[in-house]
Amino acid sequence: MEKFYGLILVFPLFGFLFNILVGRFIKHRWVSLVGTFSILASLILSLFAIAEVFSGKTIEYNIYIWIVSDDLKVSFGYLIDHLTAVMLFVVCFVGWLIHVYSVGYMYSDPGYARYFAYLNLFVFSMLMLVMSNNLLMLYFGWEAVGLCSYFLIGFWYQKKSASDAAKKAFIVNRIGDFGFALGIFLLFVNVYALNYTEIFQKIPELQGKTISILGLHVDLITTLALLLFCGAVGKSAQIPLYVWLPDAMEGPTPVSALIHAATMVTAGVFMVSRLNPLYNLSETALAVVATVGALTSFYAATIGSVQRDIKRIIAYSTISQIGYMFLGCGFAAYGAGVFHLYTHAFFKALLFLCAGSVMHAMAGELDIYKMGGLRKRMPITYITFFIAALTISGIPGLSGFFSKDEILWYAFASEKPYGKYLWFLGTLTATLTAFYTFRVLFLAFHGKFRGPEKIYTHIHESPPIMTIPLVVLALGSVVVGYFSVPHFLEPVVGEPVVSVPHEQERFVMLVSTIAAFAGVFIAWYMYILKPKVPEILASKFSGVYKVLWNKYYVDELYYWLFVKPTVWLADRFIERFTDIKIIEGIVNGVPNLIYRVGSWARNLQTGFLQQYAIFMIVGVIIFILLIVSL
Amino acid sequence: MHSEEVVYNGKIRLELKKNLIISLLVGVFIGGTIVLSGYAINGLKFPILSTLIFFPVIGAAFIAILPKEKEELIKFSALVISIFELILSLPLYLSFDKTTSQMQFREEYLWIPQWGIKYSLGVDGISVLFVLLSSLLTVLCVTVSWREIDKKIKEFYASILLTHTAMIGVFMSLDIFLFYIFWEAMLIPMYLIVGIWGGPRRIYSAIKFFIYTFVGSLFMLVGILVLFFYTGSSDILHLMRIHYPYKMQLWLFWAFFAAFAVKVPMWPLHTWLPDAHTEAPTAGSVILAGILIKMGAYGFLRFNLPMFPEATVNMKPFMMILSVIAIIYGALICLIQKDLKRLIAYSSVSHMGFVTLGIFALNQQGIQGGILQMLNHGVVTGALFLCVGMLYERAHTRLIAHYGGVATVMPAYSAFFMTFTLASLGLPGTNGFIGEFLILLGAFKAWKLMSVLAATALIIGAAYMLWLYQRVFFEKTNPEFLRHIHGYGDLNSREILTLLPLALAVVWIGFYPNALLGFMDVSVKELINHIVHIGAIR
Repeated sequence: MEKFYGLILVFPLFGFLFNILVGRFIKHRWVSLVGTFSILASLILSLFAIAEVFSGKTIEYNIYIWIVSDDLKVSFGYLIDHLTAVMLFVVCFVGWLIHVYSVGYMYSDPGYARYFAYLNLFVFSMLMLVMSNNLLMLYFGWEAVGLCSYFLIGFWYQKKSASDAAKKAFIVNRIGDFGFALGIFLLFVNVYALNYTEIFQKIPELQGKTISILGLHVDLITTLALLLFCGAVGKSAQIPLYVWLPDAMEGPTPVSALIHAATMVTAGVFMVSRLNPLYNLSETALAVVATVGALTSFYAATIGSVQRDIKRIIAYSTISQIGYMFLGCGFAAYGAGVFHLYTHAFFKALLFLCAGSVMHAMAGELDIYKMGGLRKRMPITYITFFIAALTISGIPGLSGFFSKDEILWYAFASEKPYGKYLWFLGTLTATLTAFYTFRVLFLAFHGKFRGPEKIYTHIHESPPIMTIPLVVLALGSVVVGYFSVPHFLEPVVGEPVVSVPHEQERFVMLVSTIAAFAGVFIAWYMYILKPKVPEILASKFSGVYKVLWNKYYVDELYYWLFVKPTVWLADRFIERFTDIKIIEGIVNGVPNLIYRVGSWARNLQTGFLQQYAIFMIVGVIIFILLIVSL
Repeated sequence: MHSEEVVYNGKIRLELKKNLIISLLVGVFIGGTIVLSGYAINGLKFPILSTLIFFPVIGAAFIAILPKEKEELIKFSALVISIFELILSLPLYLSFDKTTSQMQFREEYLWIPQWGIKYSLGVDGISVLFVLLSSLLTVLCVTVSWREIDKKIKEFYASILLTHTAMIGVFMSLDIFLFYIFWEAMLIPMYLIVGIWGGPRRIYSAIKFFIYTFVGSLFMLVGILVLFFYTGSSDILHLMRIHYPYKMQLWLFWAFFAAFAVKVPMWPLHTWLPDAHTEAPTAGSVILAGILIKMGAYGFLRFNLPMFPEATVNMKPFMMILSVIAIIYGALICLIQKDLKRLIAYSSVSHMGFVTLGIFALNQQGIQGGILQMLNHGVVTGALFLCVGMLYERAHTRLIAHYGGVATVMPAYSAFFMTFTLASLGLPGTNGFIGEFLILLGAFKAWKLMSVLAATALIIGAAYMLWLYQRVFFEKTNPEFLRHIHGYGDLNSREILTLLPLALAVVWIGFYPNALLGFMDVSVKELINHIVHIGAIR
């Protein structure tokens, strides 16, 4: 039976090939049938696999040997254990719902077949990423999802902003992957294996070893963990490589929901959890993971609080929520991190799809200040968005509450000295999260419509093919938290150490609940009760507001720090100076010199062929004698 | 406008008919070949290598006697000859014994008995794949030139076939003089291809190319003479087994280095390459990038490594540094190129830097990766030049700024170009990834810092290729471009058939690299053993 699970990968691949090759020439109906049913088939098959995992089995199977060279031997194989099972469910189920939603959302787009082809290819790549049984195949999936993300961000490639954003996403991800690749090399030259099982067996032997970097002796395991984490920072959009994700919102909204919220961007969390035996051995690496997570989480939330573009706000919220997941991983609470990944996939996909529904109704409008009062016109979208907002804010009883609380609890309960600080930062972020989500809700769905009257009359609820996925995801957001992922994952990722008595968990819960309600209340006060307040605040703290509105000027900073100097180096130094002046100067200079010497030596040129031949032979013989005599 | 359309339709019909005839003939040839390869497999000593070498020469002679006016006939015969040559070379792939590092398909005749110089041919796991690649690319060179070349057609196709002969001769020769003859012989048709059918600055570029390589080869000639007079033998296999004094090894290393480094080209001897690639006609660029520059790296593997192992081991750091400079330098300079062909030419400098980095890492992964990367580069850069040629045929400009939004007008073409772009930037699933991964891993084992520096090309490579793609294919369609492509649409069937084999090769090697790695495995192992063994004697 285990070899049939390879079909989970085959179905979406088939869907991709079908739609990219023949999709252009057939009716939309067939495109959508193949596109959605390929994912449904994967979903059904993966449910069987998950059932096997529940019965305590771990499925591992090698399809064929991919690369053999000397001591390197990598196979194409898959491993389905508890961690993969959770990811399989998320990718296939949420992925399938988003495919269904896309049938309605993209129907009138001329690139309909291309869209479904890419989306299927994405699911294939993502499944390969989570199902791989070795690090190189993980890297394969890792780069392949990046490629699909590139295709889909730049889906409307005629727009300059879209093609710019796609390119930026790919290159920024490549920067992270640079570290990731080096991590794989370093790991391989130390353990001579890339298969997870073998790696995990050999890793404990590396403890205490050091590696010399530019003369400094650094702990080997820490270096490894941090290099691999570079990849996660890029893919999961953490500081300092988060800059691509907000721009990625140029893609179609279902893409943002699937790739840039539910699945691909959380691959970093999956990777860190998968490699938990490595991370557990390095205190420093865990501290870095936790700190980066907490800082990113807070930082992105501050930016999200002042933006006006509905999709970008949700994008910053995604960055912030992934920060939470890393915060959990950084305290060795991988189960909690993946738990949040799992609940987040539902409520964040829902938020995006609701935003898509709104855009669908408003002819692509993104500015929440031009919306308002939509709840009367779009009741289903409103209610589902409301549920998602409650969930992400961490209102007790809903899934987001359970997973977020789990993370904050482990941060609080950790024996690490920085645990309490990061917990505090996390709680503060929870307030901001509730604030900016309800800010969107109040501005877009409540109050009066602020756009042109003409548009308002056209606003309508989306068709059932779009609203049904919304409802399903909303139900999911409510209930999925009752399945305790951390407990389920214990066989794979273990349980973190807790240094404070369990009674204090109530206190942590209480604080985060208060934090959440505080955020909701502030948003209600500022945008419903006293709508003048935001303007007054903005003008009073205009400096702070400007910095936040311009996203801390990080894009500009990177441009001046990296892009400009590189281009200058390439243009001025390498091409104009080295290539043209020096190398070409010498190359063209030598013949000139020869010419001058030649005109002096013209009297040697007698025109007698025999004489030339003698010169040549003498010359060659002298050269040969010279070398042989050495 | 109307009459133009009629002409165009007529052309399509003609092409369809032609395609039918071609496929018929191909069927006949395949039948014949099965018989021939049967001979080869059955060990009836069928001289397959000599056949491969001389068949195109005969073909070229045949083309030369055809009347000048019968253009279609000339093209058609060139195509048939090259396809037949490709089919003839298939037995090399099918009946090659992967378990031995010995030379296979050996042929040996005394040539100049007084000096013991032999006409000696053979292939091993390192060289056999290049013969196949060269045969494949020659076919594609013929099909891509179908409309591009409109003067001196006869001479052009004859030159292409002769270049192919000389190139595979280099890969098959087991005698240094024979090697040298093929090595130099290849310059002449190549010089003509660039100099006659090239772009506006073709004369300058052709002469530059000629002088650069010729000066390099002179040093090699001296080296060859030294080897010959020192040992009294010109047999490459024999020369490999001799242990030379260290100082002599060092001098000879540099003598051969001069010829090979110019060909590769290694930094800082690369400046002939952008000019030659840019000015050459499409087929010329494909041959240059696809096969010709591989001969340099092949020379390192055939001469420097096995014959001068101690010098090689001592020069390893230096060679690795030069390679890394080439990788980064070539990649950075790509960022600011304004000319499509020049950009791809400079990217060759960067990719060939990877090849030499792998070779001089002197371990199994590095060298296997290096050889694989040479094949990959032949496929991918060859394909990119083919693509650029097709675009040039339509719009008659190579400047990137004159394009934009091509994806809207030519979707199939854009898909092909994207495939090759991804292979060029080393995305997993394409052949480029396997090559670069093995090279970087090998280099990492040999010298970590160099591998780390070389890996930055992963980022810069993505930046210049994707930027190129964006400027040419994305955004609004350039009205200038639309005005130019009158009469042409997306790719026609001839062009699709030209690109398809290469695109399939990209994915095939990406998913199943063992098909090729298996060929070289034993030979490379033997080579490394040899270096270690002789190095240990010291």
